Amino acid sequence: MSRRIGGILIRAVMTLLMVATLNFVLFRVIPGDPASLLLGGARISVTAEQIEAQRQTWGLDKPLFPDQVIDYLSATLRGDFGFSFKFRGKHVADLILERLPATIALVGLAQVIAVLCGVMLGVYAGWRRGGAVDHVTTGISLALYSTPSFWLGMLLVVVFSTALRWLPGYGASSPGVIVGSFAWLLDYLWHLALPVLAVALGLIGQYVVVARAAMSDVVTEDYMVTARAKGLTNRQMLMGHAFRNAMLPIVTLVSLNLGYVVAGAITVEAVFAWPGIGGLTVEALNARDYPLLQGIFLLLGVSIVIANLMADLIYGVLDPRVKQ
Amino acid sequence: MNNRSQNTAPPLLKVDGLAVDYATSAISLRAINDVSFELRAGEAVALVGESGSGKTTTAMAIAGLLSPNARVVGGEVRYRGRPLPIDDDALMRPHRWSETSVIFQGAMNALNPVHRIVNQIAEPCILHGMSRGEALARATELLALVGIPADRCSAYPHQLSGGMRQRVMIAMALACRPSIVIGDEPTTALDVINQAQVLKLLVDLRTRFNLALILITHDLSVVAESCDRVMIMYSGRIVEDGTVAEIFAEPKHPYTRLLIDSIPTPGEGKRMLRPIPGDPPTLVKRPSGCAFHPRCPSAMEICTTEAPHLKQFGKGRVACHLHDSLPAADKVSANA
Repeated sequence: MSRRIGGILIRAVMTLLMVATLNFVLFRVIPGDPASLLLGGARISVTAEQIEAQRQTWGLDKPLFPDQVIDYLSATLRGDFGFSFKFRGKHVADLILERLPATIALVGLAQVIAVLCGVMLGVYAGWRRGGAVDHVTTGISLALYSTPSFWLGMLLVVVFSTALRWLPGYGASSPGVIVGSFAWLLDYLWHLALPVLAVALGLIGQYVVVARAAMSDVVTEDYMVTARAKGLTNRQMLMGHAFRNAMLPIVTLVSLNLGYVVAGAITVEAVFAWPGIGGLTVEALNARDYPLLQGIFLLLGVSIVIANLMADLIYGVLDPRVKQ
Repeated sequence: MNNRSQNTAPPLLKVDGLAVDYATSAISLRAINDVSFELRAGEAVALVGESGSGKTTTAMAIAGLLSPNARVVGGEVRYRGRPLPIDDDALMRPHRWSETSVIFQGAMNALNPVHRIVNQIAEPCILHGMSRGEALARATELLALVGIPADRCSAYPHQLSGGMRQRVMIAMALACRPSIVIGDEPTTALDVINQAQVLKLLVDLRTRFNLALILITHDLSVVAESCDRVMIMYSGRIVEDGTVAEIFAEPKHPYTRLLIDSIPTPGEGKRMLRPIPGDPPTLVKRPSGCAFHPRCPSAMEICTTEAPHLKQFGKGRVACHLHDSLPAADKVSANA
């Protein structure tokens, strides 16, 4: 058991190292010289001496391998992700940390809602296959699953914001509200409602489809007949015998999706002008802010590796067959 | 005295005119029809037949474990004289496992992969009123009884061999001290050595606890070693019922005879297997009259039009027009 966990941890560290290295290589093969970009690109005239001075300041005159790679990896390990081009002089780490809470609030809340609703509905639909709940839930879920979440977001804005004027369609706060006050919290949640709904609905569709499939497989298993023969009630059969077996594929999916809690929902954040990591990614892309993008990509890589790690560990607890 | 009380007491299990349909939205198909038999305490009866002959449906109906698309359309099952609510899941629950338990085929899938075997055996005991501690003690004791060492009690099913898993299944079947155990092809999924051992264990435990056994099988060699009585099923009906000795020595129904002839005998060297010609009927297309007539070597004209009834014949019962005249002759001689 502990040997398995050791193996998983070693693999996770290896993957992280590879992610970091790839992250470095990716931004070095992108055309364009960082030094001239730093000086404002081609818009103003800069002398070759100025560029050379910049190259020396940032260590760009040194060979890519091993010097620059080592510089990058050691700086990354120290938590130094460099400076942003767009937000001049600001640390990438600070920019990301500033935006992280909004994203965690959005995607985290959406995940919690989606896991609770999606898994429960899916499990119930699979348990009562062919019933009315199953038909309705499965139909709606398939539609939600196949709908792009940004389109769903726009639809929600049109209906609930523009037409009905119930909920705000963009931003995270109303002007003039004092940050940190109770009124601010309510205002924040009020602004959060539509974007959370847009992210959650898509996820619910996905979870229902997977949970239903997993549950329908489990109910036809022979051990469910054994459970029935032993005299268990339907509820005992569901909770004691079916649920845990059906959880196995669901845990994998949920864990993988949890990796995106910090990466944000790029399209939905763009639609709602939500000040999270997703929005930051779009801004960084538009401004060709390579250091910032690099930081965001690393964050995404790390969170997905950690989510995978968690999936592996939970799997070992849920399924005794995995331990060997 | 003892003999008389045995005769007047109701049989342990009495199945009377049982008929089960499998229904789809479009059609309803008769799986078993007019199945009647009695089972005495401690008696071992084999239900033998080809796939689709209705032997599993019969057994599952008795255990109240029919699948949701199956419907009991006629007859009843009585346990110690009381009718069993076999088509009502909730009412059936208190009767389950403490009266009739089941050893399922292929214990790999019949055991839940995520629970320890000792807990799976303790579970029905807890459901029937034992404390958790008592139930676990009982489960450990049962596992020892079927030859699973104490240090393997907390194993998961995938950590055990096929033979051991089937032993676990047998231990589980005994958990609530049932008086009837249904074995649904309990040895089919095992290799020959394990088959023999598991069968011997089953026979030993049956004698030891005076269990009535309903053994579903298509393997007649298993029957000879473990049962007192055989019921042959064909196309949803019992076609012959008799003691093992009678059936093997003098099969009455042509189908039974062909079944016995089809057992390969090791002593006879390279001789070919003798399959029964033709295919078993499907539920959708059942022949008129006696369902066996298209494959029957001694079919008569009446067989194509009229289904024979299962009639008392000597100590056993048989449903075949060949034997129609004989009980009548008996009756005449008895009257005379």
